[in-house]
Amino acid sequence: MKIEELNAIRDKMKNQVTLRAEDPDSTKVLVAMGTCGIAAGARDVLTAFADGVAENNIEKVMVSQTGCIGNCQLEPIVEILEKGKDKVTYVNMNADKAKEVIEKHLIGGQVVSEYTI
Amino acid sequence: MYRSHVLICGGTGCTSSGSAAIEKALVSEIEKNGLKEEVQVVKTGCFGLCALGPIMIVYPEGTFYSMVKVEDIPEIVEEHLLKGRVVTRLVYQETVTDNGIKSLQDTAFYKKQNRVALRNCGVINPENIDEYIGEGGYQALAKVLTEMSPDDVIQTILDSGLRGRGGGGFPTGMKWKLARNIVKDADQKYVCCNADEGDPGAFMDRSVLEGDPHVVLEAMAIAGYAIGATQGYIYVRAEYPIAVERLEIAIKQAREYGLLGNNIFGTDFSFDIGLRLGAGAFVCGEETALMTSIEGNRGEPRPRPPFPAEKGLFQKPTILNNVETYANIPQIILNGSDWFASMGTEKSKGTKVFALGGKIHNTGLVEVPMGTTLRTVIEEIGGGIPNGKKFKAAQTGGPSGGCIPAEHMDIPIDYDNLISIGSMMGSGGLIVMDEDNCMVDIAKFFLEFTVDESCGKCTPCRIGTKRMYEMLDKITRGQGTLEDIDKLEELCYYIKQNSLCGLGQTAPNPVLSTLRYFRDEYVAHVVDKKCPAGVCKHLLSFEIDPEKCKGCTLCSRVCPAGAISGAVKTPHVIDKDKCLKCGACIEKCKFGAISKK
Repeated sequence: MKIEELNAIRDKMKNQVTLRAEDPDSTKVLVAMGTCGIAAGARDVLTAFADGVAENNIEKVMVSQTGCIGNCQLEPIVEILEKGKDKVTYVNMNADKAKEVIEKHLIGGQVVSEYTI
Repeated sequence: MYRSHVLICGGTGCTSSGSAAIEKALVSEIEKNGLKEEVQVVKTGCFGLCALGPIMIVYPEGTFYSMVKVEDIPEIVEEHLLKGRVVTRLVYQETVTDNGIKSLQDTAFYKKQNRVALRNCGVINPENIDEYIGEGGYQALAKVLTEMSPDDVIQTILDSGLRGRGGGGFPTGMKWKLARNIVKDADQKYVCCNADEGDPGAFMDRSVLEGDPHVVLEAMAIAGYAIGATQGYIYVRAEYPIAVERLEIAIKQAREYGLLGNNIFGTDFSFDIGLRLGAGAFVCGEETALMTSIEGNRGEPRPRPPFPAEKGLFQKPTILNNVETYANIPQIILNGSDWFASMGTEKSKGTKVFALGGKIHNTGLVEVPMGTTLRTVIEEIGGGIPNGKKFKAAQTGGPSGGCIPAEHMDIPIDYDNLISIGSMMGSGGLIVMDEDNCMVDIAKFFLEFTVDESCGKCTPCRIGTKRMYEMLDKITRGQGTLEDIDKLEELCYYIKQNSLCGLGQTAPNPVLSTLRYFRDEYVAHVVDKKCPAGVCKHLLSFEIDPEKCKGCTLCSRVCPAGAISGAVKTPHVIDKDKCLKCGACIEKCKFGAISKK
């Protein structure tokens, strides 16, 4: 093994192991996964976010679930909590919209206001 | 891509409380709920909070489930992993607050800890080398092989102030320097790892081996480069089957990646490691006995000098370090000696892992900076003594160490302070004792262990410890005299000065330190014929208070010796000749009518 190969494994595994480091500064993407959310297709949204974050190597973002928020008719709902900023709530989400949010919001830093509440 | 990781402790503590069955149930339940592609189950090493096992942590939230049962798994998977609702009922209650669940790092147990040697334990899967590499593993080896000369490596370790974590506290860098320089023309040198952790109540090294085996391999390769050795041996006790298995897997994976073997990272440095299993003799933790055992001979110590740095394994220059010592090495190389030396006290740098056991809430593994007080370790991290009892003493260093009484609870723990109060760091076993522990009985327990484990090669240890045990036994039977206590003390010094190896030289320590701090207890056994803590059976007398006894007959029914008699609804009486002093009656009596004095 060469040192470059060692570094390649380290970088590949980085996403894996950083998932286990609790970083209070990281941005949280919370997908509402109550019965209503799941019925409306929240699972696809959740996997879209998880895969998208990994594919784009976005650091300091944690994708997790939360329970029913109360606006069941607007599910799937996704909340994005960024340190020092107001909470952003996206409604009526699907996998394609999720990809857009990843690109524009998580990477680009611009809230996709057409999908917000 | 997994969005969530479920970590299950696969250390010995949690395995014995059933974590393997939980892992199985979890995997099948996750599959049933169609989460196989999203949730990864990872078996890790010890998290440290062994008292709460089996332990499970769900990331990225960091939810800490404790004392998990197989029956709880469907609920956790459906509620938490599927719907994202934490099962609060099963969460470690200290993390539950009014505002939700707080991070584990903020609990009293973890807050004051500083994990260097244990940094990967409970974080990575020890059976997957990629996870170790993902945490920066083998980067230190790469650095020394490409950027540092062997002398640079030794100087870095010297500057860090790292001292041997096996108990002796010899400066590690000095050991390496001697092995590098003392014999100039050696055709072979060896790097050995002492993983023969034998102190009763100590399990620090086991947890490192089980939770992070690659760190030991990496550090040994670094040591090999520093002293000029190409072969290493890990001497691990066969009583640690999980550690042995994970070491075997780790060595295999490291060889496959070329991190052990010839021309590591394309340099001209080659190094390989072999495993040797110990057969359970305590004396084989002593360095010369350990090497004799690796050579295939009966594990007996031999006189020093010559020291191993000159003539060690197979008569070749050898270094022997303990597991925890090695676990610090890669971090020192990567972060620098100043980083390491910034932790700890003036003469004891870095951190120390302790295995907390005995009368304490949070039984488990803790790593704190050197210089932390015993009070912090016991009261804050350990959660104090259960059942509202009073702290009496803590035993450190196992059969070679001594006790620290309550009056010394506020001294900073480091090598030199512990020696000055008559104990020693030892490998890190910390057994907490409360008012119900008899100090003479504790000393007797350790002497019994030493008598069993003395290899028999030298007379002071073989016969001396036996005579000490007999005297202690006589005292706990109430047959001792004040003269016996003096003789016992004299014999202690004789054995210390004349034994061949560390086992005998330190065997009297438990007696000497209990005599130093609890002489009054010895005197009470001899003069008053009483055991103040109520432990030594021969000095106890069980009595029923006729005022309190309601004559329920329960005690006479549970007494295995038929020593209790009396008619229904009249006070019962214990026949002291028949009484075995087992205490079964006290446990059963609902009226608190039976006492032992």
